[in-house]
Amino acid sequence: MEIDKYYTVGIYDDDEVVLEAVKKLRAEGVKIFEVYSPFAVHGLDHALGYKRTRLPISAFLFGMTGTILALTMMFYMMGVDWPMNIGGKNFVALPPFIPVTFEMTILLSAFGMVGTFMVVADLKPFKKPRLFDPRCTHDKHVVAIDLAVNKLSKEEINKLFDETGASEIHDKNF
Amino acid sequence: MEVVSSIRTPLVTGGKSVADVSDDICKQVEGAPSRSWLLAITVSSAFLLVGLYAVLVLLWEGIGVWGLNKTVGWAWDITNFVWWVGIGHAGTLISAILLLFRQKWRMGINRAAEAMTIFAVICAAMFPMFHMGRLWVGFYWALPLPNTFGSLWVNFNSPLLWDVFAISTYFAVSLLFWYIGLIPDFATIRDRAKNQVSKAIYGALSLGWMGGAKNWERYESVSLILAGLATPLVLSVHTIVSMDFATSVIPGWHSTIFPPYFVSGAIFSGFAMVLTLLIVTRRVFHLEDYITVHHIELMNIIIIITGSIVGVAYITEFFIAWYSQVPAEQYAFINRATGPYWWAYWTMMTCNLLSPQLFWIKKIRTNIAATLIMSIIINIGMWFERFVIIVTSLHRDYIPSSWVMFYPTRYDVGVFMFSFGFFFTAFLLFTKFFPVVNMAEVKSIIKGYSEKEK
Repeated sequence: MEIDKYYTVGIYDDDEVVLEAVKKLRAEGVKIFEVYSPFAVHGLDHALGYKRTRLPISAFLFGMTGTILALTMMFYMMGVDWPMNIGGKNFVALPPFIPVTFEMTILLSAFGMVGTFMVVADLKPFKKPRLFDPRCTHDKHVVAIDLAVNKLSKEEINKLFDETGASEIHDKNF
Repeated sequence: MEVVSSIRTPLVTGGKSVADVSDDICKQVEGAPSRSWLLAITVSSAFLLVGLYAVLVLLWEGIGVWGLNKTVGWAWDITNFVWWVGIGHAGTLISAILLLFRQKWRMGINRAAEAMTIFAVICAAMFPMFHMGRLWVGFYWALPLPNTFGSLWVNFNSPLLWDVFAISTYFAVSLLFWYIGLIPDFATIRDRAKNQVSKAIYGALSLGWMGGAKNWERYESVSLILAGLATPLVLSVHTIVSMDFATSVIPGWHSTIFPPYFVSGAIFSGFAMVLTLLIVTRRVFHLEDYITVHHIELMNIIIIITGSIVGVAYITEFFIAWYSQVPAEQYAFINRATGPYWWAYWTMMTCNLLSPQLFWIKKIRTNIAATLIMSIIINIGMWFERFVIIVTSLHRDYIPSSWVMFYPTRYDVGVFMFSFGFFFTAFLLFTKFFPVVNMAEVKSIIKGYSEKEK
């Protein structure tokens, strides 16, 4: 198999240590490929310089779609296509349509956002995960650095790993 | 990093480390099923099979086999429906509302509570479906599809149709929320799996999750927004269920107090069911360090609050019946308390209003055996609450010549047994094959909330 990527991987035992390590590495000008953790480490996205996710916007847009869809559906069915005289009430009135509108808004918002999340996060069944270390879903925090995009040599990066408290350092190629 | 006061009660006891969390929780999934689990699933499957006979007879003969008559057209079926939906509410309250309030103690119990929600909602949905008589058309008659013989649509002014939308949205969103929470834990099981079959199954379920920092950021955002969506959703669901009654003109049902009264009753009964399930689960699977007495105490406190709200609602209903000066309304309530169903009414009052007040005593609310007994009492009481609201309001209607009693047949009992069998079988399968505690979340609170080794 052709090896196309060269990574050096630092493994940390503690979430506070890895957070400080990421800050230190970035201050030294190291470009970090990604940090893999068994749980969400608060502040790590900031330390890595990630922008805030725009998923809440997608939730809002899908939610609005649901609102419009539900109202259009009910106005069309009850008011245009087959108006029914139910006890002499209005064919179309907003108050009784609120519950269904609300539920459709929630439904589309939730599924739309999660669908978007699965697309952007590249989550799909039968996808083979490219794990730098299988313990990253157990108890270790794994910092992966792509050597091809970094100016620093592997030895220099490994030295930084060592200084910032990595418990193990190894290479990983895919 | 988050700083946690050292005087806070620890949420994880036994000096657990991050690695211990996956070891302890995955042990159930990886090991052979225990004898107590096999015994339990045998009993629940037996219930399911006996109940299945009743369901098949019901579908073959029609709903005439139930004890319904022309006066009491809604009885056990709708009682069971409201009861099961109510039970489901605790799961969403724990996972969504407590997430918005940043309550860390939800993390030990949210997974099992959400699983309970999903199974309870399925059990609930069975009953209106069965009541339609023809199950095979029930699936699409309730949907907004044009009638085959014309172009008549469903009636969007009807609370029964709102219920179709509410329950199906609630089920779908709960399932989604639950699954999102499961993804990182499936990845943990996948990476630990020794044999190829479980590696493949949990690998497919984990959707290739790797736990990258960017994905964790997205994941946290999705969880928060889903919690924000599920919170009004859960409140709307039981509100709409209560509107099935409140928008009618039946004395005893026609009441604006119903939405908050039903929602707190739902949370009340739901927490009782969570306690019943978790007290047994923690014992059988040795999860005492993750589901601690502190968790049980906090849930019991919610039970006191919601139980007392329900109690206030019972008394308010009586007061308003008197205050309204509507004879029919007044009779409905006097009939509830002193009529032929007085025993059901007083069972409800004792189980729901009086007995939970014992939880004011700390010794009782931190006692596991007492909590288990109380949780069962509450669920009996909440079933009777729905029975009282539904049957006592109907059985003596506007014309005394049509006054009757409702007697359940063996098929009423059998279909209820079917739902129980389904619920417990599904829950037991969940406890064996899925991680019972949310590992990723518990790992995030090990620091700060774990009992320090001295």
